[in-house]
Amino acid sequence: MSERAEPYLYTLPSVFLIAALMLVPLLIGLSYAFRDISLLDPSSGGFVGLDHFRELYADPSFWNALRNTVTWTAASVALQFGLGLILALLLNHPFRGRGLVQLLVFLPWAVPSFLSALNWAWLFNPVVGPLPHWFVSVGLMSAPDNLLSDPKHAIWGPIAANVWWGIPFFAITLLAALQSIPRDLYEAAAIDGAGAWMRFRSITLPYLAPTMAITILLRTVWVANFADLIVVMTKGGPADSTQILSSYIFTQAFQRLDFGYASAIAAVLLILLLAYAAMLVLLRHFLSTRN
Amino acid sequence: MHARVNRSTSLLLHYALIGLYLAFALFPLYWMLKVSLTPNELLYGEGVRLWPSRITLDHYASVIEHSQFPQFFRNSLIVSGSTALLVTALATAAGYGFSRFRFRGKLWIVGLMLVSQMFPLVMIVAPIFRLLSPLGLTNSLTGLVVVYTAFNVPFASLLMQSFFDAIPKDLEEAAMIDGATRFQALRSVIAPLTLPGLAATFSFVFTAAWSELLFALMLNSSTAASTFPVGLLAFVSKFSVDFGQMTAAGVLALLPVCGFFFLIQRYLVQGLTAGAVKG
Repeated sequence: MSERAEPYLYTLPSVFLIAALMLVPLLIGLSYAFRDISLLDPSSGGFVGLDHFRELYADPSFWNALRNTVTWTAASVALQFGLGLILALLLNHPFRGRGLVQLLVFLPWAVPSFLSALNWAWLFNPVVGPLPHWFVSVGLMSAPDNLLSDPKHAIWGPIAANVWWGIPFFAITLLAALQSIPRDLYEAAAIDGAGAWMRFRSITLPYLAPTMAITILLRTVWVANFADLIVVMTKGGPADSTQILSSYIFTQAFQRLDFGYASAIAAVLLILLLAYAAMLVLLRHFLSTRN
Repeated sequence: MHARVNRSTSLLLHYALIGLYLAFALFPLYWMLKVSLTPNELLYGEGVRLWPSRITLDHYASVIEHSQFPQFFRNSLIVSGSTALLVTALATAAGYGFSRFRFRGKLWIVGLMLVSQMFPLVMIVAPIFRLLSPLGLTNSLTGLVVVYTAFNVPFASLLMQSFFDAIPKDLEEAAMIDGATRFQALRSVIAPLTLPGLAATFSFVFTAAWSELLFALMLNSSTAASTFPVGLLAFVSKFSVDFGQMTAAGVLALLPVCGFFFLIQRYLVQGLTAGAVKG
């Protein structure tokens, strides 16, 4: 086997699969943004150019959903990552009962998202859930109300569910990365007199950096596109206060059956995520050339 | 003396933090268990009690006896297991290629993988359905495995790359100088070091396929090819959310996953086998 063909042999099976099953459907889905595709109107299907995007620009619900998307994504990813990293570091040290703890902490991740959403909606409901009563007793609420019906704070309901559901993802990947760090490095550093923080900064962080970069990047993309929790828990309400772009897309596509407009919103989200990814890649490049 | 006190405080803190996290992770699951054991007539009356005054196994009995859940579980196990195996194999190859070679088009391939994750799935379900239908891959478990594999490979490949990146290149080069082929070096030197990464990737994909709903719902309409999340949804549409039975099914669905994690978790923390990187 020639040295030059080798990398293609490793990567092309995946590339072929992704191109056929993801890229082609993605391009077809994207083309709806420039067409008038509404399932309620049999005469639809024609080419409308940038009409959907003009409509989008003047749509206050779109701008509201865009703002909420930033809050939702930033808060969810930051909390999932921070808590997931702490959990991974805790699990990286051997202790009695680690096997069992590991098994238990990863369970939330295996719950289908809409069941998680229903379950959390229950927990926030003062009739069948304990959370509002606890909030009252610690002084966070004056009366046991449903957090999900308060337009000011409702978005934190789905965020809590998302954090609960997503921590295991970071914990498991970061734990695997931590486990691959050669132990000798720590021993050598300890002999050289490096303290715990110094060892974390000079050994753990550099080793974790590649895994952190890719998990944060992809997680952000997924969370921004993740509508299940919001659709089930609040349907974007009350008063659009929890509507994010992906739940707005879902509403447009499956309730108004307007796939053209839904696709236009999805196209904007795609461009924003591309810009975010490019920024992260450039940042990583900049950091790695500086060192 | 001082050092010992310090050590036991940090151990205590360690357990306290773990306990705190366990409470956060498990309480919602506990609530699900509680609802599944509460008799229907007490569901609202004793809604906020931590434990109902009477419990019942009726919900579990009806899930196991009167529904097709055993079938759904079997389907889910087949789909999740096959997807996880396929994805891990493809992703290990691709991740290794990304990590160890510079080649023309690499940037485009990585770009393709990233972009494929950036479009909402609700917008590509219909085109995928039209693509699979003439191939006879709708209403089939194979079709689901193919779609799940395509969807999970990008992340898994990039994750595997990050694990390979963390392993020094010198290790396999040293083995290859000693006369090993690249494959031998991969198997005897690199594979043991990536075992935690492989375990993480495998469990990630398994769980993702286990709980996926959208494609499972849209691509397969027959109950013979339905996975368990689709089965759960039946409790919503058929009986206007039968919470007792749905939570019972949800709790039952966690059992195979527990078993799966139990099998996989020792690979996850096995880490370095003694002396693998000495030298």
